[in-house]
Amino acid sequence: MSEKNDKTERAERLSVFKTYKLYVGGKFPRSESGRVYEVTDSKGKWLANAPLSSRKDARDAVVAARKAFGGWSGATAYNRGQVLYRVAEMLEGRRDQFTREVADAEGLSKSKAAAVVDATIDRWVWYAGWTDKIAQVVGGGNPVAGPFFNLSSPEPTGVVAVLAPQESSFLGLVSVLAPVIATGNTAIVVASENSPLPALSLAEVLATSDVPGGVVNVLSGRTAEIATPLASHQDVNAIDLAGADEVLAKELEIAAADNLKRVLRPQPVDYAETPGIDRLTAFLETKTVWHPTGSLGASGSAY
Amino acid sequence: MPSSALTAAHPLKDVAASDSSLRRFLHGLPGVDAVGLEARAASLGTRSIKTTAKAYAIDLAISMVDLTTLEGADTPGKVRALGAKAVKPDPTDRTTPATAAVCVYPDMVAVAKEAVAGSGVKVASVATAFPAGRAALDVKLADVRDAVAAGADEIDMVIDRGAFLAGRYLKVYDEITAVKEACGTSARLKVIFETGELSTYDNIRRASWLGMLAGADFIKTSTGKVAVNATPANTLLMLEAVRDFRAQTGIQIGVKPAGGIRTSKDAVKFLVLVNETAGEDWLDNHWFRFGASSLLNDLLMQRQKLATGRYSGPDYVTVD
Repeated sequence: MSEKNDKTERAERLSVFKTYKLYVGGKFPRSESGRVYEVTDSKGKWLANAPLSSRKDARDAVVAARKAFGGWSGATAYNRGQVLYRVAEMLEGRRDQFTREVADAEGLSKSKAAAVVDATIDRWVWYAGWTDKIAQVVGGGNPVAGPFFNLSSPEPTGVVAVLAPQESSFLGLVSVLAPVIATGNTAIVVASENSPLPALSLAEVLATSDVPGGVVNVLSGRTAEIATPLASHQDVNAIDLAGADEVLAKELEIAAADNLKRVLRPQPVDYAETPGIDRLTAFLETKTVWHPTGSLGASGSAY
Repeated sequence: MPSSALTAAHPLKDVAASDSSLRRFLHGLPGVDAVGLEARAASLGTRSIKTTAKAYAIDLAISMVDLTTLEGADTPGKVRALGAKAVKPDPTDRTTPATAAVCVYPDMVAVAKEAVAGSGVKVASVATAFPAGRAALDVKLADVRDAVAAGADEIDMVIDRGAFLAGRYLKVYDEITAVKEACGTSARLKVIFETGELSTYDNIRRASWLGMLAGADFIKTSTGKVAVNATPANTLLMLEAVRDFRAQTGIQIGVKPAGGIRTSKDAVKFLVLVNETAGEDWLDNHWFRFGASSLLNDLLMQRQKLATGRYSGPDYVTVD
């Protein structure tokens, strides 16, 4: 009898829907435009409303990313690695939520979605490990024909706009985002247009780990609408076109040429594979310093 | 341009005859409805200014900037760079208007004067023991004379807030008139109240009238050196004061909010306040100024955005 009562009471509870919001400068604003759009699962069932960002949201995100760049790029690589590892820890705690969201977004079975989430968390850990090792792989001392110490070191490019892959809404997203921030860049992520929910939930994870506000900014909406002002923005240093189709990618590349942005063209990628360091080096610049060896050089015994 | 002194016959001429009559007048001014004032300022801040109106407002705001550097670390080189920027704010776009003035410490006036020579950009100098104003009157006047002798077109003085808050209004009045006299006919006088230190809106209204009665050509909110600087509300209050003063005396007085105005959006909000409160007559850099340093860069970036259609960035304006 009492059990039956319990059940009816539970059924009467009102559902509490989640309001998905943007993530800009460490805060969760609604779109400046006030617009939202309906997000459905792979079968067309309504899941939630997501903010439909405007170009002004993109502009605000660039300002936030620029502001965060000094602190994040100035942090030691070791520290950045710790912060990224912390993100993986936080993701682990929300494994069930992401499994559900990925299953809905990509039409996967629960066990397949769980495998994707596991792979995603492992991807964070993988990139967290790279933060203080990449400089040793792509930088170092160069032998030169003169009395100089010649040192090359990789430096972050700056503010990077990332168009997240359209199909792989979580693993793909992390596979393009993590390498950008691991090397000290700050990012503006345009989430997958049809399945933005994992990206917007990832923002909540980033906000509760130790990633400073503004290092990652997440926008949802029409990719073409948000990406266009980002590609022509004079204060964005690079753009990853992973989530753009062929026509859009061409347009964006033309707009990006205006201030000589670094452009990473879309390419077929299997996000389940171990990624290699291509995406890490895509948004690095090499600084080379020639340092005279002084009296040693004069006496003919340089090095 | 209306004459800048009250004629002997005007009824307001007598209010400064004694300390008590001045106090009676200032305390007789109507009290300020703080909630209403702030609500009015906030509601005027919601106006949407777009496209051609925005372009007009940005150019107007640029022409009203008093480009300011008031640091202990100012060097002649920095002042020269500032002067060059005041004359040609955006070298990549020659249609950009020049700013109204550069604002420097008195010892830098000669350098600034040379940097802007022949351009129509004025040189303003803070004086009277800026920013605290805690010095003997002789010292303050010497400070002013120095700046005027070096060629300053405008003097920004600070009032003695200690005397004002202690209720010694006549002392403040006498100081302003003495400084006005030291400015002579060549320099316009801006009187800084440091509204952040005056505690109440009533005090800001009283200070505004006190300054105007004493012969200020401009009333200015603040030094930019304290926590609270120009806000829309206190600027609105001062705009009401200059409007009422002109209605009563026929004398037009300028207003200069200073400090804390950093974005084009803020600047345009202030211009709306000016237009809606004092009126179009004040929409000119002879009667309204912005005391600012970082504002100009944001105005220039917005201007570039309007001209090219793409967002600009801090790499395309000077670092100063």
